[in-house]
Amino acid sequence: MTCILETQGLCKEFGAVTAAKDVNVRINKGEVVGVIGSNGAGKTTFINMVTGYLKPSRGEILFNNQSIIGRTPRAITRSGMARSFQVAQLFAQLSVLDNLLIAVAAAESPFPALLVPMRSASRIARADAILVEFGIPQWRDTLVTAVPQGVRKLIDIAMALIGDPQMLLLDEPTSGVSAEEKTALMDTVMRVVAEHQVTVLFVEHDMDVVRRYVSRILAFYSGEVLADGAPEKVLANAQVQEFVTGGAKAHDKAQRSAVK
Amino acid sequence: MSLFAVLIDGTIYASWLFLVAAGLTVIYGVMRILNMAHGSFYAIGAYTAASLVGWYFNNGIGPVWAGYLLMLGCALVAGLIVGLIIERGLLKFMYGRDEVLMVIITYALLLVLEDTMKMIWGVNPYFAYQPYAEMGRSALAGLKVSNYDLMLVGVSLVLGLGLYLWLERTNQGKVLRAVIHDREVAMAMGVNVKRMFTLVFVLGTILGTLAGALTAPAISVAPGIGVEIIVLAFAVVVIGGMGSIEGAAVGALLVGLSRAAAVHYAPEFELFVIYGVMALVLAVRPQGLFGRVLARKI
Amino acid sequence: MRMDKTELILLAVAALLATGGWIAPQWLVFLLTMALAKAMVVQGVVMQMRAGLVTFGQGLFFCVGGYAVGMSGHFLNITDLAVLLVIGVGVAVLLAMILGLLMTRYREIFFAMLSLAFSMILYGVLVKSSALGSTDGFNVKAWTLFGWSPAAGQGPLVLFMIIVASSAVLAVLLHRYSRSNAGMMCEAIRENEVRVEYLGQSPRWVLYMNYVAAAAVSALGGGFMALSAGHIDPEMAYWITSGEFVFIALLGGTAHVAAPFIAAIVFAVVRTYAIELVPHSWQMILGFTLLAIIVFLPKGLWSLFTGNVKRAKA
Repeated sequence: MTCILETQGLCKEFGAVTAAKDVNVRINKGEVVGVIGSNGAGKTTFINMVTGYLKPSRGEILFNNQSIIGRTPRAITRSGMARSFQVAQLFAQLSVLDNLLIAVAAAESPFPALLVPMRSASRIARADAILVEFGIPQWRDTLVTAVPQGVRKLIDIAMALIGDPQMLLLDEPTSGVSAEEKTALMDTVMRVVAEHQVTVLFVEHDMDVVRRYVSRILAFYSGEVLADGAPEKVLANAQVQEFVTGGAKAHDKAQRSAVK
Repeated sequence: MSLFAVLIDGTIYASWLFLVAAGLTVIYGVMRILNMAHGSFYAIGAYTAASLVGWYFNNGIGPVWAGYLLMLGCALVAGLIVGLIIERGLLKFMYGRDEVLMVIITYALLLVLEDTMKMIWGVNPYFAYQPYAEMGRSALAGLKVSNYDLMLVGVSLVLGLGLYLWLERTNQGKVLRAVIHDREVAMAMGVNVKRMFTLVFVLGTILGTLAGALTAPAISVAPGIGVEIIVLAFAVVVIGGMGSIEGAAVGALLVGLSRAAAVHYAPEFELFVIYGVMALVLAVRPQGLFGRVLARKI
Repeated sequence: MRMDKTELILLAVAALLATGGWIAPQWLVFLLTMALAKAMVVQGVVMQMRAGLVTFGQGLFFCVGGYAVGMSGHFLNITDLAVLLVIGVGVAVLLAMILGLLMTRYREIFFAMLSLAFSMILYGVLVKSSALGSTDGFNVKAWTLFGWSPAAGQGPLVLFMIIVASSAVLAVLLHRYSRSNAGMMCEAIRENEVRVEYLGQSPRWVLYMNYVAAAAVSALGGGFMALSAGHIDPEMAYWITSGEFVFIALLGGTAHVAAPFIAAIVFAVVRTYAIELVPHSWQMILGFTLLAIIVFLPKGLWSLFTGNVKRAKA
């Protein structure tokens, strides 16, 4: 198994707040990893650091065995790591098709051409193809502002996928989507992702959703990795149950100790 | 000796700049509106003062001190009326829009007010030099300085301190600062943001008209003075950090002293220096000297 | 090079305009020439607006273009129109390449203010420069074209033809640019800059290229203005002049490349009559019109044609 992403001793402090503490993670090619943890546990910080949005206070990040510390999100995306966002980051006043076309054009070259039309037949074909894959071709010509939340999340992921990344980081792909729609949405996403043979890491709060798709779980708490391994093992872990997945009693206990 | 002259000239110019910029920065700080029409408020204050005070002194209506009172009084009234009309009549329908759009809206307002002033006061210049001349001059280390200018320095110090203390120490000021930091949260906590906005805008307007009224005796009040000073006020506010009183004071000093130095040693660079300082500060510290860096959000 | 429908229409309209120039009265030809020159400057403003940036200092490049033309004639004795315009655009591009390094770090209000500052810096320098006539400026020498000098009375019409042809070429180029990868990337940056970064693009690079290109286009307008008006002065860099360009840009809207041309012509015509009838209320008319556009026609006059009128939410 080749290692595609590795973090060594990753730390991040915001003044007195420790958002990440000695995070050591090895993700192998082809894995589907679920990242769980309560709010403020450091999941999004982890993704932000790995994708170059935040500079770590200490530590090393290796993507395909190359250090990517200090690289910008732009450079990291071009090396093959893409991400989607907790709140879908789209181009609101443009159509769904245009959103995808821009993603296609962006992936082609870091220096966009000046006079050649963006809406070419080949690019449109690619955009249409991915819309069909995600099951949303009917929204093609709609302005993004008029598109429902579930579809927005799919477009957000589609835009990340259309650049043919080796690794995809999904930050809460089902957030903001109603409970009934969650499963359908994740089914679609994971099916498409599998077809593209991409290594996936996704953050999720719903344990049922996590259990369905992952081969491995990373549990975060207070900036540290609490547990890392097969789902059955991690979810049975006492600490994980206390600080992440547990019931009301465990939640109260965690609250009280946090206040101290 | 020349250095001292630069210091005095610079300080006098700086206090004038601060008087003009104070209202602008307060309005931006609370309402996130960079008010281009502030220049027109200044001009309205100047015209009102010049015409009324000019009439007062030319006809020898009463004692000198009452003339000064009249000057302040008409600035207050003019500012109150204009501020209320604009805030209640136009701006309150535009809140929440993009910041740059607000600049364009206030620019439209500036255009309208410029011609309104021409309609009311005509195109010929007004002179109301009496308050300036009545105060006489003093000798300061061998240099002749007008007492009126010194008074302006005093007024701007008092005003600056007053505004600062009001914002920092009083309850009203604290509520205002809460609104500055996060309008929505302040609203959620029960602050009557709408009333606050009216209050602040009228306050800013009055500060503008006051600056104009106080300056009127020292200049020839003619069309276009508002347009000229607004860009200077922008420079000061941007340098100091938008929304910061301390920033406006420091910015005014910086610009005032630089300009005085230019005027004394290299007059061709006068205008260049003012905007050059602004460009320099922005290049090094984009949010201004005392400005807050806004957190990025994803 | 295949032309699409819009481009063919643009060329046809240009041809119509050029022929119209033969029969139109002198004053109209003159007015249209100046309007088209201004329209070019406005195109530069619109290019920035598409990227989400409002510039209150495009007068900088308008002035640079004009003064480069005037000074080349005055100090270097160059009168060839083509050479003059190339110099004008060239100087502006060089300046933009330097300023762009700083300007592309800013957005929103700071970009607007910084652009205003640089424009006022030039204004300040020119006003204090007696060698260049300070506030009066100076006259621009009569132009020649490849050795040919227009006879008395011929000049304005020939210049009109040239500017119409140039506008047509410019319109086609800008039409293509706005629909190209680079042009669409500008719009994407306006909508969501962070996403653009995460798609592997550099917003700074795209905005830098856009800034330089916009400067070139505006300087071309400045050069043409200098040639047609025969006079240049520091007012070209004054912030109120830049405000006028912003007004025309908003009047036309950013939806179509023809909009700034139409808006500039409408503006020129209305202004001529307004200045004559109500000289001291012209600014007020501008102000009220601007407010009306913002409230009722946020996408500019163009939206009236396309029926795309969307009432702004208060």
